[in-house]
Amino acid sequence: MSTWLRNNRLAALAALAFALITASIALIFFYAPVDADGLNQKIFYFHVGIALTAYACFAWGGWKALRVLWKGDENADLESYVAIHQGVIFGALTLVTGSIWARYRWGHWWEWHEDQLVLFLVLFLFYAAYFMLRFSVPAGPRRANLSAVYALFGVALVPVSILAIRLSERFIHPVAFDRYGPNMAGSQFFTFCVSWAAMLTLAATLYNVELAGKRIDVRLRELREALR
Amino acid sequence: MMYLADVGALARKDLRLELRARDTLPAMLLFVLSTLVVFHFVLPGDSSELAAKGLLWVAIVFTALLGLSRAFAAEREQGVIDGLVLAPSDRSAIWVGKALSVLAFLVLAEVVALPAFALFFGGVDGPMVAGIALADVGIAAVGTLLAAMAAASRARELLLPLLFLPLAIPIIVGGVGASVTSDPGRYLGFLGLYDALFAIICWASFEYVVTE
Amino acid sequence: MGVAGRDYSGMVIRARGVEKRYGDKRVLRGVGFDVARDGFLLVTGPNGSGKTTLLRLCAGLAVPTAGELEVTPERGRIGYLAHESLVYRELTALENLDLYGRLYRVAERRERIGMLLERFGLWDARHDRADSYSRGMLQRLALSRALLHDPDLLVLDEPYSGLDEEGASLLDRELEERRPSCAFVIATHDPARIAPLATSKLVLA
Repeated sequence: MSTWLRNNRLAALAALAFALITASIALIFFYAPVDADGLNQKIFYFHVGIALTAYACFAWGGWKALRVLWKGDENADLESYVAIHQGVIFGALTLVTGSIWARYRWGHWWEWHEDQLVLFLVLFLFYAAYFMLRFSVPAGPRRANLSAVYALFGVALVPVSILAIRLSERFIHPVAFDRYGPNMAGSQFFTFCVSWAAMLTLAATLYNVELAGKRIDVRLRELREALR
Repeated sequence: MMYLADVGALARKDLRLELRARDTLPAMLLFVLSTLVVFHFVLPGDSSELAAKGLLWVAIVFTALLGLSRAFAAEREQGVIDGLVLAPSDRSAIWVGKALSVLAFLVLAEVVALPAFALFFGGVDGPMVAGIALADVGIAAVGTLLAAMAAASRARELLLPLLFLPLAIPIIVGGVGASVTSDPGRYLGFLGLYDALFAIICWASFEYVVTE
Repeated sequence: MGVAGRDYSGMVIRARGVEKRYGDKRVLRGVGFDVARDGFLLVTGPNGSGKTTLLRLCAGLAVPTAGELEVTPERGRIGYLAHESLVYRELTALENLDLYGRLYRVAERRERIGMLLERFGLWDARHDRADSYSRGMLQRLALSRALLHDPDLLVLDEPYSGLDEEGASLLDRELEERRPSCAFVIATHDPARIAPLATSKLVLA
């Protein structure tokens, strides 16, 4: 059993992701109590899990970036890039689900005093620029270094932006804002945890799939070069 | 200390280059003045003074971008950056020297811009100036490193604003907060925090930006 | 390997199976050579064969993708000449060399700069901006910059390009005089001129 697991890690991960997603959907729609907001509140379970997963992807990308600079490990460059790519995808999903949630909660598709949304908008712009940077530098150790330094800037930017956004509230919206805090009932919390786990596993699966694909690309190009 | 001597030599070199070429600083001055005039036409009649103060920060950031896009222009030509990188001096000294000259140009541009702003829109006070001073440090620090990154890329002028603006958002928040709220100390403290944090990160990572 | 005494009793450069790839493009493959303390390596090959890349590796501007490359002299003891002049166009020759002299911690900076400018026939033009220089003068200035700190290893990428007869003979003299005290890696399109000085030759395909 364990040998099979080792040889088919990716398939096992994908299966686990599928199982968790199914479980979380089931829990969200059939188990978690319907809130005062009604069925529309259910998007919250996806939204926060996706947001936290995006953070996790950026953090993983930052860790790999550190290894690029510290150990000079060029493999880590590809891993950092793929992690950030996943982070941007989940980040975009955060913005979309967040927008849907804002629509149902406040009636419009965007809310500036939703700190999370604004933060993700800033991060999305930042990491989109990461891709612009990568596309405009030819492949090699220089590109790996520049990407890594920029990714680490991103890690530092998160707490600074959170603080900045909070501070900006005071002169932008002198309106008291309320937040959907973690004051959830036990059943809600459990559902949330399962959804979050599902999102993380999904991200891990996609990460590994993309990484494997890109590694094959690199290997193929190397072979082609060697044959020339 | 050798490090400070290196920084001094490099910063002096940048100031001397600008004195000879005389292109960046005049452009920044003209740009910031033109932008302020545009603001007059942009703000609706009943806008508060606060709106104008907010817009000043837009002018500052984009004027800084103009200066930053030229920051490593001289090094790009003739491959000079390789010459500097090969020297036994610490690579981060290149960043410090260049950031100091960027800071100098920015301050000089503001020496002209602030009186003009006071003239057109009124209301320049102590906390605002303090905010501008702290913000300038952050802009110079982060902007110089990003300018070096952009210089190494193919896209250059196109890339720098994209890299810089998300990182400039906290600076703008700090600066605007110091200019318009009744509690500027909090924002000035935040700017100080930003400056310290990012200056350290830039100082430590510049080596990797200019080497392979 | 005494840094202070500059004792390179072993090899100054050792290369084994050096490869350099930029993304997919492989510029150098399986390059190996040694350069002794008093060695003189001549690097030739057609355009695009990777001469410049190899020299950049020796100077320390790039790292190999695979293989081993050991360059003993530290950063401040290597002199590098590139295709570009590596000088600021808006600064004068004197200002350029003064800057590099400071960065390289050159002892008796002013005297050394004066001496080099004179040796390369640039003394009269020392207060002129580099952008007013002819191609040949710029090359001489670049050479002065490379030699300023009296390096133990000289990595020169086509040093004769742009030089007129006078400049070329100045360079000849310079190379001959330094021959005993310095190791050389020189890439050139015209090997005939310096072949007599060379101890080894590397042909890149």
